[in-house]
Amino acid sequence: MTALHTPITEEQIRALKVGDAVTISGIVFTGRDAVHKYLHEGGALPPGVDLRGGVIYHCGPVMMKQDDGSWKCTAAGPTTSIREEPYQGDIIHQFGVRGVIGKGGLGEKTLAACQADGCVYLHAIGGAAQVLAECVKKVRNVYFLEEFGSPEAIWELEVENFPAVVTMDSHGGSLHKEVFAASAAELAKRL
Amino acid sequence: MEKLAETLIELIRRTSVEIPDDVNRALIASLEAEKKGTIAEGALKIIEQNIELAKRKSQPICQDTGSIIFYVDCPAGFDQLDFEATARAAVTAATKKGFLRQNSVDSLTGKNDGTNVGPGAPTVHFHQHRAPEVSVRLMLKGGGCENVGAQYSLPAEKLSANRDLDGCRRVILDAVLQAQGKGCGPGILGVCIGGDRATGYEFSKQQFLRTLEDRNANAELDALEQDVLKTANELGIGPMGFGGKATLLGVKICAANRLPASFFVSVSYMCWAYRRQGVNLGAAGQIEKWLY
Repeated sequence: MTALHTPITEEQIRALKVGDAVTISGIVFTGRDAVHKYLHEGGALPPGVDLRGGVIYHCGPVMMKQDDGSWKCTAAGPTTSIREEPYQGDIIHQFGVRGVIGKGGLGEKTLAACQADGCVYLHAIGGAAQVLAECVKKVRNVYFLEEFGSPEAIWELEVENFPAVVTMDSHGGSLHKEVFAASAAELAKRL
Repeated sequence: MEKLAETLIELIRRTSVEIPDDVNRALIASLEAEKKGTIAEGALKIIEQNIELAKRKSQPICQDTGSIIFYVDCPAGFDQLDFEATARAAVTAATKKGFLRQNSVDSLTGKNDGTNVGPGAPTVHFHQHRAPEVSVRLMLKGGGCENVGAQYSLPAEKLSANRDLDGCRRVILDAVLQAQGKGCGPGILGVCIGGDRATGYEFSKQQFLRTLEDRNANAELDALEQDVLKTANELGIGPMGFGGKATLLGVKICAANRLPASFFVSVSYMCWAYRRQGVNLGAAGQIEKWLY
């Protein structure tokens, strides 16, 4: 088990290989469909959001506003990442992202960006919204809440020991590619 | 109406925070069968912890509380308009309580007003029967698994799938292969052979109202269900697509008549966070009995 703390260095990322279990502590920013499209179309990050050495989490959490105006995260599992494939590689490159948390994996363009820029894909357990919400110690801020709505906003989360598995590394390795090829071969034998 | 609203909020809460017993049993069996020390086993352990935690904290199993689909069996004369109005109010109330995420987006403007109510949301299917009972079943189906559903038109030359049961088997297994871990496996398939493009998907989803242990009354379909389940679990896709044994927990297939010109096979995929519950209503709208 490798413990990662944000901001993460390129050296730490390059040391990771497909199949490694990690925990993430520090700051992560949620960002999903609307945010990726917006950034890819040239939109600026709001002041206060710095992704350099940072982690994007593909997640639309359930957030409850408390009486004192703060937010409580009551469910926070990953959403399917493949929808961000048209944008993710460019965003990694442009903003210096070191880690992308999501589920289901991403494709060739992102894999190439991980290799070129030093980034990894960190697979969280889909559907495990309660286990992962327990890792969110504080909701520090929210951006684009009005524009994109709660699930699509950028939430700045303080996390501790958030569990994930490296399924795409910075050396061209992808568990998703491996499992697809192996399962396609097994299926071909059974048709 | 007040009692019915209360009942529906409780139905939504329980559906969102508790996994049905049959699904939990299947997940535990998958965990026991998975190879120890693998990331697949690790994924299933987190899933088990998550199920326990969601129930204890009365918070959503998955943050994507999904499409909200009610299935109502009712006698003739049942007031469907009143029921639907109450269901819509209950959905908004349950959202405020945090049992549902603010999950409904205007497709044209992109706005999410936070109510979970709008055109087509929630969906209520009514079915009349010649019995006095009113039963309400609820399914919450997340977007990740909805996105990996697939509809095939046979013959599908690339898959060598002709208009027969072997062709159906080929396309259903192709759907499993293409889904990989994107639908949050181990998953459950609901399949309809036949129908049109709309009814095919509709009937495929209704298959998720069956329990996992339920066997198909039609011998041919039963054999196909068992065969697809066994074969899919030999492919090594595993939980979350990490590789491993548990790719599917169940396969449920129905058939509907088709036009001579059409032969659709519609495949709906349900994630492991298989949220379905149901109640029989008493005369005042109270919960008389839980159905799963």
